[in-house]
Amino acid sequence: MTSESRITVDGLIKRFGDFVALDGISFAVGAGEIMGFLGPNGAGKSTLIRILCGLLRPSGGQASVAGIDVASDPEGVRRRIGYMSQKFSLYGDLSVVENLRFFGGIYGVPRSALDGQVAFVVEMAGLQGREDSLVATLAGGWKQRLALGAAILHRPSVLFLDEPTSGVDPQSRRRFWDLIHRLGADGVSVLVSTHYMDEAEYCNRIALINRGRLITLGTPHEIKARSVAGELLAVEAEDVGRAIAALREAPGVRNVAVFGRLLHVVVDDAAARASELKARLNALGMAGVRTERILPTMEDSFVHLVGRAGRSPEGAA
Amino acid sequence: MLRRILELLIKEFLQLKRDRSARFRLLVPPVIQMLLFGYAATFEVFNVSTAILDLDRSQESRALTAAFVHSARFRIARGAETQRDIRQAVEASEVQVGLVIPPGFSELLRKGESSPVQAIVDGTNSNTALIALGYVGQIASAFGQDYAQDLAHRTGRALGRPMVSVSLEERYWYNPNLNSRWFFVPGVIGTLTLITIVNLTAFAIVREREVGTLEQILVTPIRPVEFIIGKTLPFFLIGLLEVSIVASIGMLWFQVPFRGNVFVLLFGTSLFLLCALAIGLLISTLCTTQQQAFASNFFVLNPMFILSGFSFPIASMPQFLQWVTYADPLRYFLVIIRATFLKGVGLDVLWPQMLALAAIALSLLTIAVLRFRKSLD
Ligand SMILES: Nc1ncnc2c1ncn2[C@@H]1O[C@H](COP(=O)(O)OP(=O)(O)OP(=O)(O)O)[C@@H](O)[C@H]1O
Ligand SMILES: [Mg+2]
Repeated sequence: MTSESRITVDGLIKRFGDFVALDGISFAVGAGEIMGFLGPNGAGKSTLIRILCGLLRPSGGQASVAGIDVASDPEGVRRRIGYMSQKFSLYGDLSVVENLRFFGGIYGVPRSALDGQVAFVVEMAGLQGREDSLVATLAGGWKQRLALGAAILHRPSVLFLDEPTSGVDPQSRRRFWDLIHRLGADGVSVLVSTHYMDEAEYCNRIALINRGRLITLGTPHEIKARSVAGELLAVEAEDVGRAIAALREAPGVRNVAVFGRLLHVVVDDAAARASELKARLNALGMAGVRTERILPTMEDSFVHLVGRAGRSPEGAA
Repeated sequence: MLRRILELLIKEFLQLKRDRSARFRLLVPPVIQMLLFGYAATFEVFNVSTAILDLDRSQESRALTAAFVHSARFRIARGAETQRDIRQAVEASEVQVGLVIPPGFSELLRKGESSPVQAIVDGTNSNTALIALGYVGQIASAFGQDYAQDLAHRTGRALGRPMVSVSLEERYWYNPNLNSRWFFVPGVIGTLTLITIVNLTAFAIVREREVGTLEQILVTPIRPVEFIIGKTLPFFLIGLLEVSIVASIGMLWFQVPFRGNVFVLLFGTSLFLLCALAIGLLISTLCTTQQQAFASNFFVLNPMFILSGFSFPIASMPQFLQWVTYADPLRYFLVIIRATFLKGVGLDVLWPQMLALAAIALSLLTIAVLRFRKSLD
């Protein structure tokens, strides 16, 4: 591991009784890097983040954050990190500024600096004019930006965001990601988990995890190139079940997966196979078959790597 | 350290300031319960519904009936012509007491002999039954004595034997009229405080756990002890305020005397509040939802109330339960609060209770803090 890495995780294991939630995870995150964690429900994303925040004790392996071992000095870790939990967790019955002052206070932001920090966060999160609104009255996107603001009041060098954009409209998500990139540009290392496949593309690197294991790690480009071995055809057919069976047996087809109403078919040569496959389905009596060459998305990679075709985590936008 | 506790205090009071229903729950139910207890919780009995079957129909029997009615303890709810009327009235719960004045009642009296009267009492509410029966005895014997004296006067001679009347003069200390309000009101102060503070503390922490703000606070450098102090100190202050309010009602409205030293009571109250806070904190470590906290509070507070000696004498409990009552902080606080109110005694007398409360508070708080740390994992 390089001396530059802000987060170092080595063979991390977490058990809850007999259940293994994290099964030997290793990776490193550098300064200013935005690392995305992608995985279906129950993959272990939150568990990983909570260990790195010192909220849970690891059962095995090692992890250090900002150069501090999380198992031996969780308090030291907490001083240096910001954390936004999966559940929105600011006080709904306090105003924007009251929440910020409270969290700034218990983070130990010096009184002399607190006003300035609160003003900075309000400005950054675009909450001007809402300073005295009760948080419960804010819309989802505003709340998330406020929660992010509360997590960076004390200028941490590492930030953990656990599904920060779940349940927020696409425009607000876009805006939220702009904030994350601003923080990254300032040198803050950000580890962010998400369900949204499209969001993964905004990260410098992404880690796919499933059932407590790290499946793959790399830039979005690398992962897509690596995982989808071949070219991709989107096929629209009426009788999906029969179509899948027929396509799987066709020559040149490497994988078939269901994406909504479409089938994504990995083939060795899209241009050559498109008409072959169409003819094959037509021969089975299916009318209105359409094929189209598409570029692989993160979701395609995910489906491939997880190897459970047809069961994508919550559909991308 | 102080800064973080202070920030929590500010936050807690801001939330309270904004939460109108919490302020309502804090003040109104204790005041209402205090008033209810003050008026309703009494061992005295008035207006017991009664049926009188007068089979003698004499001047004497009518005088006895009048004595019952004038006492205000009994109220004639219905007339009765036969024994069956009485039985039916008691069975149908129309009356609680049936009195039967048998034929020949006056004849025996005039001969200077003792003359029986039958009282049938509905025992389903044994408390009221016993008290009412006591009144029947009192009124009947007073009537008998008056009559005997009167008879002696009128006949101008002593009865067979010289009339020597021995009467017991009772003196009750501290509460000369055995005013049950004086007994209840101090007890209610302790009970209400316990219920309110345990509930508030348990709910406040469980709510933060349920909503997720607890997790957000725990990733800050705050230490568990700081969180616990910041989170419970407001309820300590609220507890003191509540005791003052409820005690003022007892003194000003119900005229219960306060004969002791305010500082002794304050000291005892503080120790007791620490116990209540620790119990609330313990419950909060066992529950993840407010629903569970509600059930647990009920489960814990009821036995504490029953075992406290508030209304059931500890000395009459089975030996095993008597041992259990030693762990009940309410038991000691009731002694302290009744003694400071009614007896006016000080620390020289109350130190064993104070010591017991301090010991309970210390052990409960230690367990609560340890458990709280563990429950975070
Ligand atoms: N405290 C716990 N005790 C027992 N099992 C737990 C505990 N916390 C998490 N788990 C289990 O560990 C697994 C991973 O949970 P985790 O919350 O980390 O998943 P996740 O990837 O964050 O999922 P989601 O996308 O739903 O948030 C799940 O199967 C969960 O049931
Ligand atoms: Mg999660």
